[in-house]
Amino acid sequence: MNGTTPAAQISSLRDFILFMRGELKPKGKMLTPFNLISGPIILVGAALILYRFFAGLGSVVHNSSEYPWGIWIGFIVMVGVAFAGGAYVTAFIVYVLRGEKYHSIVRMAVLNGFLAYVFYAGAILLDLGRWWNIANPLIGNRFGVNSVLFLVAWHFLLYMIAQLVEISPAFAEWLGFKKARKFLTSLTLGAVIIGITLSTLHQSGLGALFLMAKWKIHPLWYTEFIPLLFFVSSIFAGLSVVIFIGTVSFRCFDKDRIDEGYRRAWDDIVIDLGKACAITMFVYFLLQFLIFVHGRHWSLLNTGMGYWYLAEMVGLLLLPGLLFSWGVKSGNPAPIRIAAILTMIGVIINRVDYSIIAYKWYLPLRERYIPTIMEVVITLAIVFTMVWVFRWIVNRVPILKKPPQWAIEQEQEEQSPARVTALAPQLGLTMADGGNSIDKGNTISL
Amino acid sequence: MGIDRRTFLKGLGVGIAGIVPGSSLLPGRLEAGQTPPNKEFMGVLVDTTRCVGCRSCELACAEAHNLPIPDIGDASVFEKIRTTSETKRSVVNRFNTGKGEIFAKKQCMHCNQPGCVSACPVKAMEKRKEGPVTWDTNCIGCRYCMVSCPFDIPKFEHHSAAPKLQKCNLCWERFQKGEKPACVEACPGEALMFGTRRALIEEANGRIYKKSGDYFPHIYGEHEAGGTGYLYLSSVPFEQIGFRDDLGTTAYPEYTKGFLYSVPVVLLLWPAFLGGVSAITNRKEKVRREEGGKL
Repeated sequence: MNGTTPAAQISSLRDFILFMRGELKPKGKMLTPFNLISGPIILVGAALILYRFFAGLGSVVHNSSEYPWGIWIGFIVMVGVAFAGGAYVTAFIVYVLRGEKYHSIVRMAVLNGFLAYVFYAGAILLDLGRWWNIANPLIGNRFGVNSVLFLVAWHFLLYMIAQLVEISPAFAEWLGFKKARKFLTSLTLGAVIIGITLSTLHQSGLGALFLMAKWKIHPLWYTEFIPLLFFVSSIFAGLSVVIFIGTVSFRCFDKDRIDEGYRRAWDDIVIDLGKACAITMFVYFLLQFLIFVHGRHWSLLNTGMGYWYLAEMVGLLLLPGLLFSWGVKSGNPAPIRIAAILTMIGVIINRVDYSIIAYKWYLPLRERYIPTIMEVVITLAIVFTMVWVFRWIVNRVPILKKPPQWAIEQEQEEQSPARVTALAPQLGLTMADGGNSIDKGNTISL
Repeated sequence: MGIDRRTFLKGLGVGIAGIVPGSSLLPGRLEAGQTPPNKEFMGVLVDTTRCVGCRSCELACAEAHNLPIPDIGDASVFEKIRTTSETKRSVVNRFNTGKGEIFAKKQCMHCNQPGCVSACPVKAMEKRKEGPVTWDTNCIGCRYCMVSCPFDIPKFEHHSAAPKLQKCNLCWERFQKGEKPACVEACPGEALMFGTRRALIEEANGRIYKKSGDYFPHIYGEHEAGGTGYLYLSSVPFEQIGFRDDLGTTAYPEYTKGFLYSVPVVLLLWPAFLGGVSAITNRKEKVRREEGGKL
């Protein structure tokens, strides 16, 4: 077995139905501990979601007019979008910088980003009190062009389309659609460039949402630079998630779902990703420090919120940053994996701070927002459903294994010396040489 | 350079396809509160030195907007400071100050440039050219207005399956018929006065000037958060009667202006920069491939 995907032969609708019927069957054991925990939560969550639509938002979520946004926005959307940052960063490295070494992980990162957006946009639908109007900002039942949220909404939609274009060649390979693959591949670079631009704007846009909550957010967190902080932190947040998901995926998926060469190259990639994390985290730390010094908030450090701020800055930013550096220096992926998890926790806390913890920090505890069990169950159900869908796709579509032989040949044809002078065929270089360069160690580094 | 016409046009097409939807998203001018030449914002002057806490305004407000009727004979509501809610667009609070009990009405301030209006992604919140800030049913229920309001006024009907956003709209329905807001009409003590913002500021200054001993020399709302339609007079400093004194004079939409202005710049420059980087790395890759021969 050379690790490539077997070629699907679909020439009629009947073929397609038969093919899908085969593919819909479970590919692994159903009774795993993960399934036994996540399955019931997803079912209960689905029931609660129905209940929410019939009985209103307040029947499910903590009902507080002091806190307009709970964990569905503060955690699912804010953290989810930051965590999806790995898609645009990896696409930038692979398609714009042409880091061929990292080709093996770009589909995983983009698929994760795409699914994150689909599910978190879904979470927005849950959270919108008047959800049936969700299309209004898009169809122009008045364009609120002065609104940061209007911008974010449009960018979400456009970026989801861009990500779908980026990942679509993998699905064409799965279904054996050769012409479609060729066409979709040619769109990749354009989609990547538009995608990075949109990501820059809406990652920072999510931060800009809080600019008008001026006195409501604790001064240690409120700064006019929130948009910049959100953007920079999305880089290392996204990369940490790629490290985490990659590590879990290469361990948990069956051998025949994963290319052996990709798996062997992974530890080396982890170290490079760790390096990118370390650099961006130190830049971010420096930014935070400058903002802190300029804000002259020294006296606030010796308060409850001050200790919380220090814990975030030292324990969940500086410490993982140093762990990343240590891992890179010693060439050891283990500290990098731990640092990635710490970083993810840090980003979760940072984003939740803005909408919940540091938001109206002055209120007594009984007036504070505390999520209800139902809110938490729905949140978990959304995350678990995303994991299920991710797993379903990786088990079928060439995400972590090489594309089918015909797709590799298609790439090589595009890359042949006669065509190489033209820019276009290289635009969408997916799995350019079928991953051969990784095996041969003939790679360029960042 | 090895770019043929077809390739060039293809690249151009992708670029334009990216820019067109992008540029339609450029922020317009932030004109949430610009006064049209011949119109002046209308507002209400609240003179807390004249308010006796009868809550007639609360009752009139509830009647005018089909909200639950409050029991205005019940003085126990004054025991704690209340905020507006989804059933109360306007509430009167009692404050014990150095100059005795002072009553102050609380409702939407109808900012000249409202944070909520610039926050709304569908313009459901609207600053009418006559002054009132109103809410419309094309609202998607995102509650970003609640996050952005400097006075923390808009309230959402959480428990409804078809929730509405509740806030004072300066009786926009009555306004269009040429009537005064219900609260102003119901006020028995002339604590509330309806008029153009300019006339109200003149009136307020006149009262401060004539009876300087009775008033703290400041009109709350003249400059706060860029100026508001509701204006307040008080005998004590305003933080003693529940007003924030740290809002500053900047209109709230200004806080997001810098970000919104950077959007078109990023939308145009970022793709150009990335395209340039891509062209360079492509060239390097090509050289590498040619030198390395067939892989």
